[in-house]
Amino acid sequence: MRTSQWSAVALAAGLVVTLAACAPAEEGGDVQTGQDLTILIGSSGEAETTAVQAAADAWATETGNTVEVIAASDLVQQLGQGFSGNNPPDLFYMPWDQFQTYAAQGFLEPYADDLANTADFLPALRDQFSYDGQFYCAPKDFSTLGLQINLDAWEAAGLTDADIPTDWDQLATVAAALTTPDQVGLSMGREYARVGVFMNQAGGTLVDGATAVADSAENAEALDYLQGLIADGSLKFPQELEAGWGGEAFGLGKAAMVIEGPWINGAMRNDFPDRKFISVELPAGPGGPSTFAFSNCWGMPVGSETRDATLDLIEFLTSDEQQLAFAEAFGVIPSTESGSAAYAAQFPENAAFVAGVASAVSPVAFSGAAAALADFNTQLEQIGSADPSALLNSLQVNLQAALDEANG
Amino acid sequence: MANTAAVRTRRGGGIRRGEARAGWLFVAPAVVITLVFLVIPIMLALWVSFSDWNGFQSPLNPRVNFVGLENYAAITVDSGLDQKNFGISVRNNLYYVLFVVPLQTIIALLLAVQVNRAVLRGRGYFRTAFYFPSVTSTVAIVIVFQFLFTASGAVNAVIGAFGIDGPDWFNDSTGVFHGLLSVVGITQPSGLLAEPGFLGISGWEWLAGPSVAMSSLIMLAIFTTSGTFMLLFLAALQSIGAEIDEAALMDGAGPARKFFSITIPMLRPTLFTVLTLGLIGSWQVFDQIYVLGGTSAGGTISTPAYLAYRSSFVDLEWGQGAAIAFILFIFIIVLTLLQRWALAERGPRRARKKAGLL
Repeated sequence: MRTSQWSAVALAAGLVVTLAACAPAEEGGDVQTGQDLTILIGSSGEAETTAVQAAADAWATETGNTVEVIAASDLVQQLGQGFSGNNPPDLFYMPWDQFQTYAAQGFLEPYADDLANTADFLPALRDQFSYDGQFYCAPKDFSTLGLQINLDAWEAAGLTDADIPTDWDQLATVAAALTTPDQVGLSMGREYARVGVFMNQAGGTLVDGATAVADSAENAEALDYLQGLIADGSLKFPQELEAGWGGEAFGLGKAAMVIEGPWINGAMRNDFPDRKFISVELPAGPGGPSTFAFSNCWGMPVGSETRDATLDLIEFLTSDEQQLAFAEAFGVIPSTESGSAAYAAQFPENAAFVAGVASAVSPVAFSGAAAALADFNTQLEQIGSADPSALLNSLQVNLQAALDEANG
Repeated sequence: MANTAAVRTRRGGGIRRGEARAGWLFVAPAVVITLVFLVIPIMLALWVSFSDWNGFQSPLNPRVNFVGLENYAAITVDSGLDQKNFGISVRNNLYYVLFVVPLQTIIALLLAVQVNRAVLRGRGYFRTAFYFPSVTSTVAIVIVFQFLFTASGAVNAVIGAFGIDGPDWFNDSTGVFHGLLSVVGITQPSGLLAEPGFLGISGWEWLAGPSVAMSSLIMLAIFTTSGTFMLLFLAALQSIGAEIDEAALMDGAGPARKFFSITIPMLRPTLFTVLTLGLIGSWQVFDQIYVLGGTSAGGTISTPAYLAYRSSFVDLEWGQGAAIAFILFIFIIVLTLLQRWALAERGPRRARKKAGLL
């Protein structure tokens, strides 16, 4: 009896301590200067971390604040920890595939319309970072997918500029021509973020309003086409080539063409400086040209106490000038109309990625879709042998269930 | 009530007065630490498993609602992706445990018996060598194994020398039992086996066996943990007196008879410890899976512990994550109790159990 009383007291005391720790700390004072801001980024490497830190320092010196840039080892996990501990970073990279989930759960401050440069962002990116009709957060930069061609392999196969593929048939032809015993014609990640492009090019889509339409004939046609390439031996996935991702297979010379974004430039420069290649727009399918646009936005936690200072920092970081500096440092494309135009002029070798914007769509990423797409990625391991409609049927069921849940 | 009063009177007076208070004072630090770091977090996790907390601010903030058994239902009875993922992870882990626990125990015991032999030269060397994987970080070993087990890695080179075409170990999702069945020509389930069964997984899928990828992890687990358990067995073996060996020798027992009739029964308490630790450890396997990405190899290496992490941190379904953790917790307790019952001494030797041997 006595024991239970003591335990109850101790439990209550412990709870009070825990709760006190959870309560938000009160901060007052000036909102413009003397703030200590924290930025959590999912960095692609040393170059990106240094560039972001340099930009943040420049802003901090100018405005009399301090900014600490933390490169996350696992961005999503560290964000989750920050939010559950009620101590999220003041500013963070919000990946496109998690944005809708975070917005739906009410984690994000919809600040984007308060930015001075809110009208400058590319419309496709505004859509990607809008939830429930509201533009939430400023796109940091963007990338589209293009087709990379290994020039040495291209010449060795006797191909010329005139052979650069512009439709599926030509892609199949050159992929077959480039395939040798040591090298496969085409490679790409075995995931929705690549395979989905072919579905869109076939005229298909996964979601139409509140209905999943994954099991359409167009999507099946896309998978059929890829199965044809696999059967010809001209498409292999990085796992089969003992590479971590498409870029590695490309750099190692195990694949003559890959489908990747502008990040491949940095990877080739660092790891395979001798690889000579060009990036061209993706060939069009029966439904027309299409590519995916990926972007991170600058996320701000809801009810941020450093809102004003952070807004100023975001305006600085998304200015054309600063975005072009980032582009130079680690190869991303500016997220504004004028910035991306300047970028295409400055880096003509990457013009294909900018040109892709015209036909770019955002990958499906509504709240709860991640689990359905993760399952689809798993199912894609059987793409070589499975019946396309079986793969799409299970995706259809899972997506519809996720949609029903997201729409209550 | 009367009983309590009696106790109080006895405690309250005389020379031992105040002892209880001093006692509480002395254990207070331990009690506080246990409460803050163990009891309260577990209680909070239990609450989270019954709530719709999305990972934003404290789980006790007023916006969080009690949802009853919804989270538990989503992963166990409501058909859908959550249930399927949970079912697959339970199947994967079940096969992992079925192979790892017996194999690591047997290998640990054999190693211990070998390095315990007085005639073995360089005993110290072997003891260190066998124990070494246990003191190395699992993450480091996983990365080394990844290189050894790639399609053109050392393992495939060795078995290639015997004319066998090795699989792409960590990426191969074929179930081992399915693989064996396909050798005799069975590649598709028939009748009832094809229907969705327990946890939304068809009988055919339940019978898949560990995938090739999971088998690599099973080998890895046996490699890393056998050394630890060898040490436990070794300590127990050394406490078996030489006179017992001599007595067995005098009774005319051969080495095999001595091992099964003397050594194993004498090791029973250690065996219980090793099996319990092995069982708990194998049901909680996480780090190897996390390093390998968790969703690779067609989802055949995912485990409930990894799924709990993924549901919480990636999908922000903290309630489901906590529910998985609690189901795992209950599962481990039930299995440990079962195993305790199975290993208990029975029959005429019951008296020894009362004497506290087990």
